[in-house]
Amino acid sequence: MHREADRLRLFSRRAALLGAGKLGLFGLLAGRLYYLQVVDADRYALLADENRINQRLLPPARGLIFDRHHVTLATNVPTYRVMVVREQAGDLRRRLHALARLIELPPERIQEVLEAALAHRPFVPVTVRDDLSWTEVARVAVHAHELPGISLDAGLVRAYPAGPALAHILGYVGPVAKHELSGDPLLELPEFRHGKDGIEKLYNDVLRGSAGLSRFEVNALGREIKEFERQDGRPGQDVELTIDLDLQRFVFERLSSETSASAAVLDVHTGEVLALASYPTFAPETFIGGLSQEDWRALSSNPLSPLVNKATAGEYPPGSTFKMMVGLAALEAGISPDHEVFCPGHMKLGRHQFHCWKRWGHGRLALVDAIAQSCDVYFYDIARKVGIDAIAEMARRFGLGDRLGIDLPAERPGLIPDKAWKRRVLDQPWHQGETLIAGIGQGYVQATPLQLATMTARIANGGRAVSPWLVRGPAGRGGPLARGEPARIEVSDWALRFVQDGMSQVINGERGTARQARLPFDDVLMAGKTGTSQVQRISRAERAAGVRKNEEKPWRERDHALFVAFAPVEGPRYAVSVVVEHGGSGSKAAAPVARDIMAKAIELDPSRPRPVPTAATDPATGRG
Amino acid sequence: MAVAASFKTVELSLLDKLRQLHWPFVAVVVMVALIGYGMLYSAGGGSHGPWAWRHGLRFGVGFGAMLVIALIDFRLWFRLAFLIYAAALAGLIGVEIAGSINMGAQRWISFGVFQLQPSEVMKIALVLALARYFHGVFVEDIGQPARLIVPILLVIVPAMLVLRQPDLGTSIMLLAGGGAIFFCAGVRLWKFAVVAGAVAAALPVFWHQLHDYQKRRVLTFLEPERDPLGSGYHIIQSKIALGSGGVWGKGFLGGTQSQLSFLPEKQTDFVFTMLGEEAGLAGALLLLLLFMILIGYGFIFALRARSQFGRLLAVGVAATLFLYVFINVAMVTGLIPVVGVPLPMISYGGTAMMTILIGFGLMLSVDVHRDVAIPRFLADD
Repeated sequence: MHREADRLRLFSRRAALLGAGKLGLFGLLAGRLYYLQVVDADRYALLADENRINQRLLPPARGLIFDRHHVTLATNVPTYRVMVVREQAGDLRRRLHALARLIELPPERIQEVLEAALAHRPFVPVTVRDDLSWTEVARVAVHAHELPGISLDAGLVRAYPAGPALAHILGYVGPVAKHELSGDPLLELPEFRHGKDGIEKLYNDVLRGSAGLSRFEVNALGREIKEFERQDGRPGQDVELTIDLDLQRFVFERLSSETSASAAVLDVHTGEVLALASYPTFAPETFIGGLSQEDWRALSSNPLSPLVNKATAGEYPPGSTFKMMVGLAALEAGISPDHEVFCPGHMKLGRHQFHCWKRWGHGRLALVDAIAQSCDVYFYDIARKVGIDAIAEMARRFGLGDRLGIDLPAERPGLIPDKAWKRRVLDQPWHQGETLIAGIGQGYVQATPLQLATMTARIANGGRAVSPWLVRGPAGRGGPLARGEPARIEVSDWALRFVQDGMSQVINGERGTARQARLPFDDVLMAGKTGTSQVQRISRAERAAGVRKNEEKPWRERDHALFVAFAPVEGPRYAVSVVVEHGGSGSKAAAPVARDIMAKAIELDPSRPRPVPTAATDPATGRG
Repeated sequence: MAVAASFKTVELSLLDKLRQLHWPFVAVVVMVALIGYGMLYSAGGGSHGPWAWRHGLRFGVGFGAMLVIALIDFRLWFRLAFLIYAAALAGLIGVEIAGSINMGAQRWISFGVFQLQPSEVMKIALVLALARYFHGVFVEDIGQPARLIVPILLVIVPAMLVLRQPDLGTSIMLLAGGGAIFFCAGVRLWKFAVVAGAVAAALPVFWHQLHDYQKRRVLTFLEPERDPLGSGYHIIQSKIALGSGGVWGKGFLGGTQSQLSFLPEKQTDFVFTMLGEEAGLAGALLLLLLFMILIGYGFIFALRARSQFGRLLAVGVAATLFLYVFINVAMVTGLIPVVGVPLPMISYGGTAMMTILIGFGLMLSVDVHRDVAIPRFLADD
C-alpha cells in the first residue's frame, strides 16, 4: 500500500530530523554544563566558598596597667548580659516579663527588646540587659530551665580599681568615634573600646593587641553550622607605670580637702612620676559605655574643669617659686651671693612703684635670706640687673617654658617670656618694669605644676636635666632606656648650693616663710619655696584703700597658692609641687599640703628603714 | 483495493504481551527514578523524609500504572483520544472559572483524596488527540491548509487557557509538543516558518499579556545580576552550585550550596542543580544520557510501529519528555528564563512524574502492539 509506505517514509525522515534536533539541543545542554562545571569551575567554587564561609573577629583582651609595685590600676572584668533568641523563646513577651521578675528590667526596655528581636532574624541573639550584678546572674542561672531562649553571656569590660584618683593619668576607654575609624575592622565592632585619654590613649596601640579570627560555615540564612579554624589574636601588652598607688591615693585625698588643686611628686634622680593628681576629677567608668548628654554637659561646663588634668595642663603664674631661677641667673651673671639690697617695702622704677609683699619692708638682705623671706624688692633689683633674657634662659634650662614630653596627652607648655617673644607675639618692645614683674614670677610668666616639680627636681639633683615620665619597661616612651643619663644643666654647683640653702631656710630658717612646713621626722629636713600668684592686678585705688585680705574676695579673685619642695635636704630624693587654685597664700594653703605629701613620700621610701622591721619585709623591693 | 485484507489483527495473550514488553526501557526508567530518590534523600539532609519516601511511593503507583497501560491494547486509547482531550479541556475551563470566582490562580481540581491538574492531563491528551487526528489524514491532504485548522485549534485553545492560569512553562510545552507532532505528521516546513514569523510579530503583544512576575523572570534571565537578592538569586545560586561542583562533584550529601540552603527549590525545580553540585559534570551528563536513551527508545518504538497513530503517539510522548528535560536543565543552567518546569521522576512532586509515566505506558503499549495496524477510521466510528 504505497500511501502507507509514503507516510512511513515521510514520518521517518521527519522523525530523524526531529531526533537530530533533539540531540543537538542535548549537546547544547552538555556544552553549557561543560562551560559551567569545567571552564568556569574555579570561579564558581570561590563564589560557593564566599557564600558559606563567614568570618568573625575575636577582639583581643586589652593590656593591663600596673603601678610601680605591680598593683593593678586598670583591668578587664567580666560583665554579664542576658540575651534572648527569639525562635527559642516561644512567647517572647511572656519570657521577658518572667525575666523582669528576676532582674531589674523596666517595661520600656522590654518593648525595645521586643522590637529589636523582631527586627533581626529569629536565631540572632538580642541583648536584653548589660552589666548584671552577681545576684542577678545567679537568679537567672537558677531559673534558666523556666526561661527557654534566654541565656547569659560574659564579656570583658574595662575597670579602674583605683577609682578617680588616677583618672587623669590612666584616662579612659570609650566607643570608637566615626572619625577614628582607620579601616581596621576591629574598630568597627560595636563592643570594642579604645583609649580616649591619658595612658589609655597614648599607649592605645600597645595595650590594644591584635584581633583573632574565626572562620565558620553558615547556611543561606546566616546561621552558624560549624567553625573551621580559629586564629587567636595577640592580647594587648601590659603597661607598668612609675606611679606609686599608695602615694597617689594619699595625694589625691589630700588635695580633695581643697576646692581645686593639683600636685606632682617626682623622683629627683630619674624623673619618674610617683604621683600626679588633679582635683576635682571624674569617674573613668562613666565613659566606657559612652557618655550621656547630661553627664557630658555637667562635666564639661563645671567651672572647676574636672576633665582637665591641671597638673600638666594648668598654667599658673609661678609667683615666688620662680625666684630660684632669677637667683641662679644672677649668680651665673656674676652677681655675688653676698650682694645686699635694702628693702623698704617697695622699689621705684621711673614713675612706677613696685611693692614688696611685706608692706614695711625686709630691711637689708642677701640672696639666701631673700629666698627664705621671699623678698620681692631684692628680686626686683637683681632681675633688673641681669635682664629678662638671662632669666628666661635659666628658666628654660630648668624645664620651664616648654613641654617636658611626659607620656600624657594635652600637656601644656607654660610660658617664659623674653624680649624676642614679646616682639614676635605682641609686636611690642620689652619694658624694664616687665622684667621686675617677671622677677617675682608674675606677669607673662606661666608654668604648670609638673614643670615646677621638674624645676625643683633639677635644683635638688645638682643640675641634671631629668624629665618626668610615667611608663616603665620596653613599651615606655620616657623610660631610662630611652633617655639615657640626664644631661648636665649649664649651671655651677656653688650657685645651686646657695639656692638650695635658701630653699632650706624657707622651712628651717629662723625667718622662713614656711616654717610650719617642717616634716614630722627628726632626721629628714625638707627644703621648699612658697609662691602666691595674683589672679588680678591690685589697682592703685585698692592699695590706697587698703589691700583687701584674700579671704574677703570672691573665690575666683583670690590668689593661687603654690609650693615647691624637695627632701631630704641632705641627699634629696623627691621633688613635690602643689598648686591650690585661689587658695590664698602659698605658705598657708599650699605648704601644708606639700609637707603632708612629702612626709608620705618619705614614709613610703623603700630605702627608709621601717620603725619596726618585720620578717615579711621583702629585701628586694624594700616593701613590707 | 482490498483494504480489509491488509488489516491483520493480532490478538496477543497477556504472556505474549509481557514477553513483548521492552524491558530495557523499563530498566532505564527505574534507574532514573532511583537517581531521583537519591537526590531527594540528599535534599532531605540525608534522610528518607520528608521527600524521598513519598517520591518513592508515588513512583511505585505511577510505575504500576505505566505497566498496566502498556499491556492495554492501545486501540482503546485511539477510540478514547478525543474524549480524553475533551475531558481535559473541560477541566481546564473548570479551573479557569473556579479561578476567576476565587480571584486567584488555581491550577488543580480537588477530588477530595487527590488533586488533578488538568494542564498536566492535557499534555498527554493533546498528544493523543493530535495523533488520532493526523492518523486519519492522508499524506497528500496534509498540504491543504484547511486540514490544519482543527489541529491548530486543538493546540492553541488549551495553550491559551494554561497561559491564563498563568503557567508559561506548560503553555510552551503544549505548543512545542504539538509542533513536534505536526512536524512528524508531515506538515510543510515553510508553514512552520510562517508560524515562527507570526509568533515573532506577536511577541510585543504577548509581552503585555504577561504577568509582572513573568516579565521579571524574563528580565532576570537576560541579566541575573540586576537583582542578586531578588529574582536573580535563584539563577545565580544555581550557577554557583553547578560550577562549584566541577567534574566529579562534591560528593553525595556534600553539596554546600544545596545542603546549606543557598540553592532554593533544591527538591523541586532545581534538583538537577543539586545533582550537578554533588555528582559533578559526570553525574549530570549521566542523567542526561539516561533521558536521551528513553527519548531514543521513543523514536525506535515509533519507527517500528505499524500505525501512524502509534508512531505519532510515541514521538509525541518522547517530545514531551524531551521538553520537560530540556526546559528544566536549560532553565537551571541559565540558558532560558525560569519558567517553572520540573524534571520528571527526579523533582519532588507527583504530577509531572505521573504524566510522564502514563506517557511511557502509552509508548510501551505502542511497542507491545507494534504489529497492530489501525484502519484510518474504525468500524464503529
